[in-house]
Amino acid sequence: MVMSAVVEEAVMDAPYGVAEPVRTIEHAAEEINGSFSLTDVSVAYGAETVIAGVNMLVPTRAVTALIGPSGCGKSTLLRCLNRMNDEIGNVRVGGTITLDGLDIYQKSIDPVDLRMRVGQVFQRPNPFPMSLYDNVAFGPRTQGVRKRDELDAIIEEALKDAALWDEVKNHLKKHAFELSGGQQQRLCIARALATKPEVLLMDEPASALDPISTQQIEDTIAELKNMVTIVIVTHNMQQAARISDQTAFMLRESMDQPAHLVEVGETKRMFTNPDDRRTESYITGRFG
Amino acid sequence: MSTRTRRANTARTIEAFMKLVTGACVALVVLTAVFILGKIVVSGLPGISLDFIFAKPAMGMRAGGIFPIIVGTLMLVTLTALLVLPLGIMAGIYLAEYAPKNLLTRIVRLSIANMAGVPSIVYGLFGLAVFVLLMQIGKSMLASALTLTCLTLPVVITSTEEALRQIPSDIRQAALALGATRWRAIYKVVLPAAAPGIVTGSILGLSRAAGETAPILVTGAAFFLPTLPDSVFSQYMSLPYHLYVLATQVPNVPPEVTWGTAFVLVAGVSIVSMFAAGWRSVQRRKVKW
Amino acid sequence: MKVTPTDMAGRHLGRTTRRRAAEAVVRTLVYAAGLLSIVILLAIAVFLFVEARRSMSEVSLGTMLTSTQWFPTGTPKIFGFLPLIAGSLMVTAVALVVFVPIGIGAAVYISEFSAGWFKEGMKTVIEFMAAVPSVVYGFLGVAVLIPWVKETFHLTSGMTALTGGLVLGIMSLPTVISISEDALHAVPDALRQGSLALGNTRWQTIYKVVVPSASSGIFAGVMLGLGRAIGETMAVLMLTGNAAVIPGSVFESVRTMTGTIAAEMGEVVFGGLHYSVLFSVGLVLFAITFAINLAADLVLERQRKRWRR
Ligand SMILES: Nc1ncnc2c1ncn2[C@@H]1O[C@H](COP(=O)(O)OP(=O)(O)OP(=O)(O)O)[C@@H](O)[C@H]1O
Ligand SMILES: [Mg+2]
Repeated sequence: MVMSAVVEEAVMDAPYGVAEPVRTIEHAAEEINGSFSLTDVSVAYGAETVIAGVNMLVPTRAVTALIGPSGCGKSTLLRCLNRMNDEIGNVRVGGTITLDGLDIYQKSIDPVDLRMRVGQVFQRPNPFPMSLYDNVAFGPRTQGVRKRDELDAIIEEALKDAALWDEVKNHLKKHAFELSGGQQQRLCIARALATKPEVLLMDEPASALDPISTQQIEDTIAELKNMVTIVIVTHNMQQAARISDQTAFMLRESMDQPAHLVEVGETKRMFTNPDDRRTESYITGRFG
Repeated sequence: MSTRTRRANTARTIEAFMKLVTGACVALVVLTAVFILGKIVVSGLPGISLDFIFAKPAMGMRAGGIFPIIVGTLMLVTLTALLVLPLGIMAGIYLAEYAPKNLLTRIVRLSIANMAGVPSIVYGLFGLAVFVLLMQIGKSMLASALTLTCLTLPVVITSTEEALRQIPSDIRQAALALGATRWRAIYKVVLPAAAPGIVTGSILGLSRAAGETAPILVTGAAFFLPTLPDSVFSQYMSLPYHLYVLATQVPNVPPEVTWGTAFVLVAGVSIVSMFAAGWRSVQRRKVKW
Repeated sequence: MKVTPTDMAGRHLGRTTRRRAAEAVVRTLVYAAGLLSIVILLAIAVFLFVEARRSMSEVSLGTMLTSTQWFPTGTPKIFGFLPLIAGSLMVTAVALVVFVPIGIGAAVYISEFSAGWFKEGMKTVIEFMAAVPSVVYGFLGVAVLIPWVKETFHLTSGMTALTGGLVLGIMSLPTVISISEDALHAVPDALRQGSLALGNTRWQTIYKVVVPSASSGIFAGVMLGLGRAIGETMAVLMLTGNAAVIPGSVFESVRTMTGTIAAEMGEVVFGGLHYSVLFSVGLVLFAITFAINLAADLVLERQRKRWRR
């Protein structure tokens, strides 16, 4: 896979440490960053290599959907992008992953810094056992924001971006567990947005939700992609078709070989005219 | 056919009989507990008055109250708590959040379980040799508190670890994914969520420590003192040791004084631990993850 | 726009360094606290040994282990451990006779025959019994059991191995019941149903399937109860009369290892021979309880592995 010129240039002036942008409360819309480039990425749990040879670009300000049968390593690949795999132990990631040209696995990178730029929303809503306000404020406070009015502004913006503001603006002191599942998930999205990430990783964010909440999450994603790069794992083909710009199809053809990327491309094309037979059968529901 | 019915009947009779026998064991246990509680309440309550709680002992501890003794116990337990809570909670965090799955961790676990089984008098010997003599703290409240710290440590560690393990790992993941360091995730999210369990377990452990006699007997508890302890380096009087003294060392103590002392000790220790245990089970039911 | 290196050199790089340093400090502290239990346990063993050393060089091992006399303050001083060990063993044996059948019986009833509310209630009862301080058990024994034993068995004194042992048995019940009950509770219901489906009655299921499956946990409970009984100090000190002679029956007075340390430590010269001998007694006690607890832990660990998932 050939690196784009932009990425090439970014590699040239990549600083040591992580590029942590100074950001203001208004999300700097003109900043064009948050694009990943994966080169020959492989992942092994202990002795078992579960993913190998993944090459792809994740374009900025777009939704990339990761699809594939259960157990093919979608979550694993997603966790490579914010180095959450580091926390599992006994995981080795091979190949190169760059974020805006910066190798995120190089020694001088602190995964903690990386995760401030690359947020994640999990499959099951997992709010902290504290108030709505404190949930959303967690990230900014971690980054050292202490002033009350500054925090208030960040929280309001994040909740608005996650389409939750109108429902909760008068109950910010409420315990997060009192929200419905769908609201909790949007709270988790707001919590992730409050750190002003450039990328948002979502691992089946709607799979634990009812259809209406799912619809709300999808609407939120459509809004968000103007602000952040989104990588979403989903089992729902219609959802992938509806919300994503690019789709990547992963497949593990047998248990004794690692999963690989069968096809990546523009969603519209992949769902109408896939290059690969296997993609076609998966999308049309013949296996997986 | 008939042999089979007979056998089934025999089996049923045996079952009924065994239910009776095991039920009798339970009854025996319950009766013992009721007897202990009843006897202490019935015999102890008549001796309880404001004076008894708030006055100093008089006439060679045969009259007056037990105020300095209650205060001594409370001070000792507070000091122990100050020492054991940070250490025990940190060790619990180590086991639940940091400990790798290896031989060392297994040895740590075995040591903790074993510490819980070391006789309290052996802790007393250890405290005497190390805190009183070697470190030259002398027989004092501090030496006793350090000894009780060792004794209570396994309880605090175990309950902290258990409480932390109740917290689902996905909120740790969420905190890490937001750019929190490992410690921040624990300190700001996991630990507050686990607080009820940790607090309860620690209270249970400390209330046990409050009732211990053997370890303080050799490390600093005083038979009788005319004044309250003025620093952590003074000796002190304490409820369990005082009860031992009244029951076996001082002749002709009026029964209401001894029973009153026993009542205060049992009431204090058991009310605190029952509340702690009750609160924990309520919390467990309330927060469903 | 791309992020410029100056952005990082400023605020953020400094934060990163500080944060990493803080994390490293915390990690060190937490690891140190984690290892504390090993350190303390080792220190207990080491200091008991250090303080006991003088007695080991001045009193022959032969005397300690074979002499039936304990005269710590007489002339000549004789430090034979046998009466103390015999005393501890006798009260523990009495306690065992009390807590093994009653404890296991009660655990079986609570786990297998009773409803949920009853289990909760029993938990409270057992928590209460565990919360009562040992000196209170001792005092109750002095007030109630000593006169009762004296009268019932027509003895000149109610301070006997029996008296101490009975109270120790009661004191060990909470440990035995709660651990055995846990072990019984951990047996999967599928096993019970399987046995019932074969036409076994509830009781047949219990003694053919449930109790054998939980046997290691029950064993561990008994061992821990035993450890508690041997190590208990105040109650035996107050109830057994403390005569340092090898007892001929449970109706005689005995002096236990724990009682000896507690009673005599107040009168010794620190660093003296008697002091050191008492540490030797402590070392013996520590070794015995350590072995018992280790056995129980290892058995419990095996049981936990067995029912995992
Ligand atoms: N922590 C882990 N340790 C060892 N193996 C793991 C771990 N997590 C995942 N795996 C293995 O890696 C493979 C990929 O798992 P992963 O969870 O990434 O799949 P997935 O595509 O997200 O599946 P699903 O659609 O069911 O969520 C599986 O074979 C799984 O067994
Ligand atoms: Mg997954």
